[in-house]
Amino acid sequence: MSMHAPLTVTGGRLVLPEGKPQTGGLRCEGRRIVALGDVTPQDGDQVINAKGALIAPGIVDLGVFAIDKPAFHFGGITRAALMPDQSLVLDKPAAVRFAAQSGKPDLWVHPLAAATRGLEGSELAELALMRDAGAKAVATGRRWIADSGAMHRLLSYCAMLGLVVIAHAEDAGLTGSAVATAGEMATRLGLPSAPAAAEALAVARDLALAELTGARLHFRQVTTAASLDLVRQAKARGIAVTAGITPAHFMLSDIATSDFRTFSRLSPPLRSEADRQAVLAALADGTIDVIASGHDPRGPEDKRLPFADAEPGMAGAETLLPLTLGLIRDGVIDLARAFQLLAGNPAALLGVEAGVLGVGKEADLVLIDPDKPWLVDSGQMAATAGNTPFDKLPVQGRALRVFKGGVEVGK
Amino acid sequence: MDDLLQEIEAFCARNGLSETRFGELALRDKPFVSQLRTGRDLRASTALRLRQFMAEYGVNPPVSAALPNADRYPAGSAAFPHRHLTGVAGLAPWEILFLLDEAEQWVDLNRSASKRDDRLRGLTIINAFFENSTRTLLSFEIAGKRLGADVVNMHAAQSSVKKGETLIDTAMTLNAMRADAMVIRHASSGAVQLIADKVDCPVLNAGDGQHEHPTQGLLDALTIRRAKGDFGKLTITICGDILHSRVARSNIHCLTTLGADVRVCAPPALMPTGIEGMKVTPYSDFDAALDGADVVMMLRLQQERMSGQFIPSPREYRHLYGLTLERLAKAKPDALVMHPGPMNRGIEIDSNVADLAGRSAITTQVEMGVAIRMACLDVLTRKARGLEGWA
Repeated sequence: MSMHAPLTVTGGRLVLPEGKPQTGGLRCEGRRIVALGDVTPQDGDQVINAKGALIAPGIVDLGVFAIDKPAFHFGGITRAALMPDQSLVLDKPAAVRFAAQSGKPDLWVHPLAAATRGLEGSELAELALMRDAGAKAVATGRRWIADSGAMHRLLSYCAMLGLVVIAHAEDAGLTGSAVATAGEMATRLGLPSAPAAAEALAVARDLALAELTGARLHFRQVTTAASLDLVRQAKARGIAVTAGITPAHFMLSDIATSDFRTFSRLSPPLRSEADRQAVLAALADGTIDVIASGHDPRGPEDKRLPFADAEPGMAGAETLLPLTLGLIRDGVIDLARAFQLLAGNPAALLGVEAGVLGVGKEADLVLIDPDKPWLVDSGQMAATAGNTPFDKLPVQGRALRVFKGGVEVGK
Repeated sequence: MDDLLQEIEAFCARNGLSETRFGELALRDKPFVSQLRTGRDLRASTALRLRQFMAEYGVNPPVSAALPNADRYPAGSAAFPHRHLTGVAGLAPWEILFLLDEAEQWVDLNRSASKRDDRLRGLTIINAFFENSTRTLLSFEIAGKRLGADVVNMHAAQSSVKKGETLIDTAMTLNAMRADAMVIRHASSGAVQLIADKVDCPVLNAGDGQHEHPTQGLLDALTIRRAKGDFGKLTITICGDILHSRVARSNIHCLTTLGADVRVCAPPALMPTGIEGMKVTPYSDFDAALDGADVVMMLRLQQERMSGQFIPSPREYRHLYGLTLERLAKAKPDALVMHPGPMNRGIEIDSNVADLAGRSAITTQVEMGVAIRMACLDVLTRKARGLEGWA
């Protein structure tokens, strides 16, 4: 079917689901991987010499707020799960279908269906119709569903449909209009703040409802020690729950807000250093399953404002890979686990046959120089806006070439 | 020579200088004027110097010479090496003391008959208030005018802010009008810093959200120093809505930096998390917080800033945290009573306490406010005015 010649990549180091990278290559035909390891190109193949680079599964970015192809390409992201919080909310099949097409031909966009109409948190949206229009999971959006009755109905319905529910965990009653985590930093800056326990409260409720309904629940971001403990205990009890994080919450604490820099205004807000350490421990012990970018490019009209008036969010697609590779250098995780967090687990969560290198899997690949040094510069980003809290941070690791379905992207 | 003598006499009268002070400032020769009167010889070059001194006096007064404790600070701009005044946080003790000492001369001037100084003549000061204010705006306006500046007020209520212009666009517009200093009040914490980073002139924070109100902290420190002296021996109790109060934060920074022992007192819902990190002792029991205090500073219950119910009712708040005469008796017998205003009489402070003669410093605080703001405007514009050691 494919108009493109089969692809053979040689001379690389394969990032496999287990163990250390293995010297070798792979061969793709008809969008899929057909051979792995010691491969020989066949006549008519396009042959690429990886020259020792890592051959890794393309990153599956779970929960982005904008489709930003240049940034995803820069960051080695081949699939992006799009949050329903769009100007036209993804709460109808037509909107989902349109969003699912929007990445073609060089990016997979997997729309996440809005759990409730208009993301208002009360009435269920047409979830089955949206599933059949291409929605890969259901998300509550940027906000928590405050009504426990509505959340209960949502989880039981999604359990029936076999859809994962991706929840935002912050008790809205406790959070109010807060823009920071209660603590000395917020007090010094005079910023409206809420206790970190707002997250644990929301996690505890949703875990109880997930246990009750048997629904498959994923928390997009779990950022505090108390809520990570809850997730850890729930997993031990056998509840089908997973947890995600973005690099901001394992790299930064609320100290980063000290100069009122709005690029550090995130949702949930940055936490204390003790919570950041708990996140690192949870990455190491397997409590956290997914690292995503939370990519949310925001221009000056949203960010060049006083801290509390600015919109939350950061452009994270470009820094996702190097900051996750940094965890390997810091001895928190190994390379195989890094790609489970970046690709394998999110792909499984979305039910797509990608995210790992294996025969029969979709040939979404990225060639990576894991040591290449570069400087994050908010003035020169590939993303549509440069709102990164990591401006001027020296990092290591860069995607060299990206392939979707065995075809190079961005050529 | 009689002409010159008459000129000097008139000059001294006009500027409120004694003849010995004039001699000291102009020639470092205190008895000069009286000697001149009794027939001292005068060289033409000396006469020229004197006339030059008098001509330049109003434009470029010898500031450091006027400061009583000039030897306590580094010379020139090193005494206050900041372009803006966005907060008290981060100021060194001597920088705060420098501003307080600078303000003393303005307390004297404001109490004199003329109340005029021309050192900011020709400068334009814009008071941009994005949040309603009466007393702070008035205080800054009077301060600027007493120093001879052209003061312009911009109220958010009548500005394009209402039409959706962003804060930075508004700031850049004011900047393009070539203000020599901007005084800014805004409802969002950090807003003044945001503007200060963009404009070319010194920026004074007149209150940003719940962050800081530095001139209030300084004027309170000046009031306390004049009444009580050395900060190192003082226990100061700040009571009220600490959570929403920028006045509390600036006072905490200011008073702890100067070495005072500061207690803060509020019901739990109005006490910010982690306040101990600012080197204060938190209390929820007002009586315990008052015990042995040298200064009692009450804060206004800021009902307009409260989203949600923080206290059951004003009546109940008074029951636990209102400063009554009986409560005041728990503090030291000569404890000073302060309030940044405007007061909610009968809620956080009773009228008979607020008006207690000899104890209440509430109107003194307002008086010190003008002097402190004059000092801040003077100091921050010295670089632009090209003062020796500041340019």
